Amino acid sequence: MRAKSSRKSTTDPATRESKTLPKTPTGISGLDEITFGGLPTGRSALVCGGAGSGKTVLAMEFLVHGIVDYGEPGVFMAFEETGPDLRQNVISMGFDLRRFERAHKLIIDSVYIERSEIEETGEYNLDGLFIRLGHAIDSINAKRVVLDTIEVLFAGLRNESIVRAELRRLFRWLKEKGVTSIVTGERGGGTLTRYGLEEYVADCVILLDHRVTEQISTRRLRVVKYRGTLHGADEYPFLMGEQGITVLPITSLGLSHTALAERVSTGVPDLDVMLGNKGLYRGASVLLSGTAGTGKSSLSAHFVRAACERGERCVYFAFEESTDQIIRNMESIGVSLRPWVKKGLLKVVAVRPTSQGLESHLAAIHEAIKESAPRVVVVDPITNLIGVSNIAGIKSMLTRLIDFLKVQQITAMFTHLSSAGSVRSAESTDEGVSSLMDTWILLRDMERNGRRSYGIFVLKARGMEHSHEIRQFRLTSNGIRIGDVIAEAGVKP
Amino acid sequence: MTPSTRKKTAAKKPNTRAEWELRLYVAGQTPNSVAAFQNLKRICETHLEGKYRIEVVDLLENPMLAKGDQIVAVPSLVRKLPAPVKKILGNLSNEDRVLVGLDLQPVRRAGVSHAE
Repeated sequence: MRAKSSRKSTTDPATRESKTLPKTPTGISGLDEITFGGLPTGRSALVCGGAGSGKTVLAMEFLVHGIVDYGEPGVFMAFEETGPDLRQNVISMGFDLRRFERAHKLIIDSVYIERSEIEETGEYNLDGLFIRLGHAIDSINAKRVVLDTIEVLFAGLRNESIVRAELRRLFRWLKEKGVTSIVTGERGGGTLTRYGLEEYVADCVILLDHRVTEQISTRRLRVVKYRGTLHGADEYPFLMGEQGITVLPITSLGLSHTALAERVSTGVPDLDVMLGNKGLYRGASVLLSGTAGTGKSSLSAHFVRAACERGERCVYFAFEESTDQIIRNMESIGVSLRPWVKKGLLKVVAVRPTSQGLESHLAAIHEAIKESAPRVVVVDPITNLIGVSNIAGIKSMLTRLIDFLKVQQITAMFTHLSSAGSVRSAESTDEGVSSLMDTWILLRDMERNGRRSYGIFVLKARGMEHSHEIRQFRLTSNGIRIGDVIAEAGVKP
Repeated sequence: MTPSTRKKTAAKKPNTRAEWELRLYVAGQTPNSVAAFQNLKRICETHLEGKYRIEVVDLLENPMLAKGDQIVAVPSLVRKLPAPVKKILGNLSNEDRVLVGLDLQPVRRAGVSHAE
């Protein structure tokens, strides 16, 4: 668990809005952006979702961040899991709860109610629970409380009207205590929670969803309701990884990023000439498509090398080859990347896309980018991601990724493997993603006079005058050579 | 319930080791707490004379004790002995239910069904 500066910065909207409604940052990456600062301070928020949707982890992370980042002790009342189970389950996310417990920053109280072992006769109330919770809160001066999942009370106790009345009293009491709490609830059929907890917790309701489509799991989060404040209304994908929960709220940033006038070289001077004589815009997203073996990776390597030579940090996401393979292959065309890797300017991240879901990829990309803070990123190829999701999923992921890169003014090159066949069909299948890109460079093989050759042309380059010619494109042992004009790009040879 | 019975109340005829060890959890002297204690005492006198011991735990005084017996509701009666542990919630107003909860066959009403 690291307290990152990016997480701290998420509190900024809170201070802006603090006049209207004080908020308590969850510290969960992305969630505080969506909620413009976090959960309502001194109130209860309901987090609901089906089994395994991540309610417990989200709630626990809220407490852990409270302790680590904001100096606020927390109480976790577990109605479903025992303390040891809970500690074990979150240890994989890097939460060492024992440490916090020993430091008197965290109390975990497991409440066990088994209906079959309990007889009921006559009136009772839940003062026992109040006293337990109150004692825990007071003994460590807790500011954050989690009740996970309090609905167990309905299953464990027979007298529902007592439970309902007591829950109402409980939420009032929590408010009086001034603690910010998360109450979790199991999703019911047609309702947010099985026992209608949303009726008691009216200030903030967050819904978690875990879907599996085509064997790939996607987790989504939505702020259903947040009384008295703005919040992002979309469904946001989120991930549960080694760093805990990461919500990807990128669409909320919209198109507010600034466009830079600065230009950067593609690493191939002749290509820069084709791009208005100056190369790419800094912060642009470039799609580089072509059929197999046309030199997409090679061009990406030139691009990365040029950036490293400028002293800029780069991250190269390789979805097809291993790091060594890429470095070796690029050496064969005279592009030496190894020195840059050694220097720490270039980081190659090689992963097989099919080994993870799309969202995990996006998260992995985010993490690597946050860690290295690069100025240039290559994703080679995005086509492989299509194997793990449908085109709509890819498009939404790319939108988020591109927005994320743009906000940080990272210049990005995405390679795309066009399916073999006519060039026309390659162009049309790419349309789905190409609309997201600022610049689209196409590499194609063509047969002319009985010889197979490669051509390069710029199909689109937003905001600049660019070449409309198909030029010869060759891979030599000294790198890429761009040669004569083969034809006008509009004309099919 | 009198103040002297707050923490520990021996049975009328104290045994060094009672066959029935009962613990009643309450939170202050509320009408339900008082009723629960009175009901329990009456039932014990009737069915377990000389064989029981009642310990009253006031959670307002000892909040830490709620955890041990997993107390959520008050009043809560916990049968510590004989094993297994049994729990009855409420002011114990229905004697039959208390007897069922304690696994005690009603002595005078043996054979009468408890079905309601």
